Amino acid sequence: MLRFILTRVSLVIPTFLGITFLTFILIRLVPGDPIEVRVGERGIAPERLAAFRHELGLDQPLWQQFLDYVGHVLSGDFGLSLVTHNSVLSEFLTLFPATLELALCAMLFATLIGLPAGILAAVKRGSLFDHGVMGASLTGYSMPIFWWGLLLILFFSVALGWTPVSGRLDLVYYVEPATGFMLIDTLMAGDYDAFRSALSHLILPTIVLGTVPLAVVARMTRSAMLEVLGEDYIRTARAKGLADGRVIGMHALRNALIPVVTVIGLQVGTLLGGAILTETIFSWPGVGKWLIESINRRDYPALQGGVLLIATSVILVNLLVDVLYGVLNPRIRHAR
Amino acid sequence: MSAEFSTNAEPATPEPVAVSRPPHPLTEFWYHFRQNKGALGGLVVILLIALIAIFAGVIAPHDPDIQYRDAILTPPVWQDGGTWTYLLGTDDIGRDMLSRLMYGARLSMMIGLIVVTLSLAVGLGLGLIAGFFGGMADVLIMRGMDILLALPSLLLAVVVAAILGPGLVNAMLAVSVVVIPHYARLTRAAVMAEVNKDYVIASRVAGAGPMRLMLIVVLPNCLAPLIVQATLGFSTAILDAAALGFLGLGAQPPTPEWGTMLASSLQFLQRAPWVVTWPGIAILVTVLAFNLLGDGLRDALDPKLKR
Amino acid sequence: MKRILLGAGLGMAAALALSAPAQAAKTLVYCSEGSPENFNPMLNTTGTSFDVALPVYNNLVQFEHGGTKVVPGLAESWTISDDGLVYTFKLRAGAKWHSVGDFKPTRDANADDVIFSFERQWKPDHPFHKISGGAYDYFNDMAMPKLLKSIEKVDDLTVKFTLNAVEAPFLANLAMPFAPIMSAEYAAMLLKKGTPEKLDQVPVGTGPFQFVAYQKDAVIRYKAFEQYWGGKQPLDNLVFAITPDAAVRLAKLKAGECQVMPYPNPADIDSMKKDSSIVVQEQEGLNVGYVSFNVTKKPFDDVRVRRAVSMAMDKKAMVAAVYQAAGVPAKNPIPPTMWSYNDSIEDYPYDVERAKKLLADAGYPNGFETDLWAMPVQRPYNPNAKRIAEMMQADLAKVGVKAKIVQYEWGEYRKRMQQGEHQMGMLGWTGDNGDPDNFLYTLLGCEAARPGGNNLSKWCNKEFDDLVVQAKRTNDIAARTKLYEQAQVIFKEEAPWYTIAHSVVYMGLAKNVVGYKMDPFGIHRFEGVDLK
Repeated sequence: MLRFILTRVSLVIPTFLGITFLTFILIRLVPGDPIEVRVGERGIAPERLAAFRHELGLDQPLWQQFLDYVGHVLSGDFGLSLVTHNSVLSEFLTLFPATLELALCAMLFATLIGLPAGILAAVKRGSLFDHGVMGASLTGYSMPIFWWGLLLILFFSVALGWTPVSGRLDLVYYVEPATGFMLIDTLMAGDYDAFRSALSHLILPTIVLGTVPLAVVARMTRSAMLEVLGEDYIRTARAKGLADGRVIGMHALRNALIPVVTVIGLQVGTLLGGAILTETIFSWPGVGKWLIESINRRDYPALQGGVLLIATSVILVNLLVDVLYGVLNPRIRHAR
Repeated sequence: MSAEFSTNAEPATPEPVAVSRPPHPLTEFWYHFRQNKGALGGLVVILLIALIAIFAGVIAPHDPDIQYRDAILTPPVWQDGGTWTYLLGTDDIGRDMLSRLMYGARLSMMIGLIVVTLSLAVGLGLGLIAGFFGGMADVLIMRGMDILLALPSLLLAVVVAAILGPGLVNAMLAVSVVVIPHYARLTRAAVMAEVNKDYVIASRVAGAGPMRLMLIVVLPNCLAPLIVQATLGFSTAILDAAALGFLGLGAQPPTPEWGTMLASSLQFLQRAPWVVTWPGIAILVTVLAFNLLGDGLRDALDPKLKR
Repeated sequence: MKRILLGAGLGMAAALALSAPAQAAKTLVYCSEGSPENFNPMLNTTGTSFDVALPVYNNLVQFEHGGTKVVPGLAESWTISDDGLVYTFKLRAGAKWHSVGDFKPTRDANADDVIFSFERQWKPDHPFHKISGGAYDYFNDMAMPKLLKSIEKVDDLTVKFTLNAVEAPFLANLAMPFAPIMSAEYAAMLLKKGTPEKLDQVPVGTGPFQFVAYQKDAVIRYKAFEQYWGGKQPLDNLVFAITPDAAVRLAKLKAGECQVMPYPNPADIDSMKKDSSIVVQEQEGLNVGYVSFNVTKKPFDDVRVRRAVSMAMDKKAMVAAVYQAAGVPAKNPIPPTMWSYNDSIEDYPYDVERAKKLLADAGYPNGFETDLWAMPVQRPYNPNAKRIAEMMQADLAKVGVKAKIVQYEWGEYRKRMQQGEHQMGMLGWTGDNGDPDNFLYTLLGCEAARPGGNNLSKWCNKEFDDLVVQAKRTNDIAARTKLYEQAQVIFKEEAPWYTIAHSVVYMGLAKNVVGYKMDPFGIHRFEGVDLK
């Protein structure tokens, strides 16, 4: 068991180094000098430009810069943003809870609806309900979510006035950030009106971000259930006269859940990618919007650190899923 | 490992007498494919869009770039103030929506085609090399692919598009880069499954060189999953390119790319919802059609799922 | 659990103080267009970042609300020596500092604070010089390091600035956002705690509002400073709601979620003007967009060609199509809101026939080929350079001039233009201190015509240069106005630029906002603003 986990973890290290290298190179390739972008039409004296470049280490050879960067990253230092001069890590950590809160809600939304829908569709295979679920999930999977978000805003916020247009919390409320999760912070402050406000701000972004994972979960659950329901032991259980509900609940579901959990875990990358669009549409102060802004401001350290941190979290979640999968499913563990 | 797979392989020696000729593979494929109404529908829609794309120059009622300054933000024909001249209305500088959507179809199909071709070619090459030669080449290539996969695809596309600069061609390149790992992994898996089968070993023994083995012997036998992936790749390509356009990193105005159209008329969302509605529907319908087709192909081509 | 709630309850009390409508606390919400870089205007160059520091700080002198005239700030009076080199400022007695976080000021603002605030930017060995990147762009752009000879404390409330040369715009420079007075005591406390960068993130000033909190990319909160030397503000709270999308800002203004919004979409201005719940204010921006003709390159060394090209392009159509309501055609290099703007000057008319004739006179009866540079980015003075270039290209073709549009990446673009690599190229300028010198000398003087200088046309006209240098060396406004008016006449005759437009800036205000004045510098000030 331990060996299995160790092998998996050791496989992650080269990937991590590769990612570091890749982001480093990619971001060096983005055209435009950050200092030149900042000074605009007034320009900058060559001596001052050289001084700044020296200050930022930009006058070092590339390999030297890379080694320095890796060294710093390994000690937890992702550098300073060129624009705000704050530590990139602290900026990321300030904004990440907003993204995480949104992503978790979206995942919860997808699972709570997708799982039962998929199970029911599998059990009632071929029924109208099954076709409905499959059709809806394929549509959801094909959805350009930036457009979907706009439609929802147009309908629920503008036409009906039910939900707020953008942001995380009404401005009349002010809650001292403790965890960074607005739902938890408002509850901890005991301010239930603020909690309701935070909740209402979350609804539309959650739906938008959760649409694609919902489709994936529903489809995956259905096909996993179908596969399991076709297995011999289920047929045996049924033949033994066990009630359908019991068969599905006890035996089939438990086995079908393994691939579904995996798929849910693997949606993290999709979610973080989708967060870029969702946050842009809803002015959600999270890391996705921050990264897009960093590109526009040529804020290399922020962009580089942000991409690296996001990739790292994706790797870690995938690793966790991988290990969990191995733990749940001995066949995998011993196959290697 | 090899034992496991050889059970699936065709019998090495042909049966002495065939009682009835098996149906031609294409006929068999069509038989299975026809069963799937969704896939058939998807195919029809795609053919329709392709026709529109090809003949956009003939059937579009207006030039997509001409600005009718006296008809700015005309609503669609069935709404108050709509006219038959502009069936689906006009945008904020008076361009005909329908014509722009038609030309946009051309762009979207082109995006799909180029992205799939490009990423398929590169992914196939990498996958063949990795699967066929194994060893260091395999490790290096597949680790590289893992690295690309660890970045959320849209994020990677955004960064690549930022490097190359905004524009349609660059957006296509960015999206291609992002999907390469999928093809590479698929090809490698398929090649690994085939490479130790008897027929491959036989040709190797017969003296076929690695190039011949790779391209003529092995490749045709692992096409099925690639075809499915390529079809689904169309939808990913169109979606991602539109998302880049939406973020301002894709095609630049006045190019009538659907995502860009959507983004550039965002400010009219409330005043004139149709400028935002139509491009979105166009994207959704096209992507959905490709996904339906891809699903149908998978069911028809993948013997494991045949029922 | 109970304890957690109690602990959180304390935070709540502070929150309630902000949100409670009990005493009808007046809260004004400003839907700002973007996140600030930080809270120290010394380090920044963008209006968005200046806006968030303005409520907190005072300068020695400041611009009058809504104008470019210099009025007393933290200094209640000043004298200038007869040779124009020594400025002695008398500080206001009893100007209190804000108490923010764990900083409790023990004294009022004094000369040490002034010296601290300038030496940080000026002296490379100052302990704060390198903090937060140490880029004092404006301080350097306004040539302060070259200009300053010494800053001395005469007594607690008197500071003496000695200059190396006479510089008429010096006082206006001190009113610019880059020269706020910060608390030396606060800085010393932070330095001792080892967190000097906090000075740029949690601002402590003497201004009308004091900083409360910043939630990154979302909200900035201020409250009125009770002991402000100018008296407590009519507003109790000021909130910046960061809302990058203009359509969303408008939606929020309409919904009453904010009371002031900057930069509406040009497309929405008509409907806003019709909306009875919204007041629209407008003002010409302190900027100019132009095409520079490089006079060191053929054929633009010939003034007839420059005039001909100026007459060949339809300015009205360009401004209407690209700027829409957000721009007015420009005839002078300085914007109309600036003193000494010469309104008697007549622009070159759009006249294709005369243009052709002039070209023929100059020896180009069949036109010529030229490049035409266009910025790759949107700027305040030019929303879409590429589109304008396309329109110019079409107009120029009518007189036989074939223009090829050239674009470079933005930083590269500006550098190459400054080197004078173009024949025709677009750029623009946004004013810093409201002084005509900042346009006429900075952009058109001989000193700036060197390669790499800001005189992109490389146009060095002796007569013009004498006028603007002479204007720089006197403090008499009336005399300076005359000199600048004359300089504008020469500029128009010689046509080193084709002036395109000055932008027009709009603000949307809720009906109940009283006393808001647009600022010519494009920054947003809330001092003296009230809600009915």
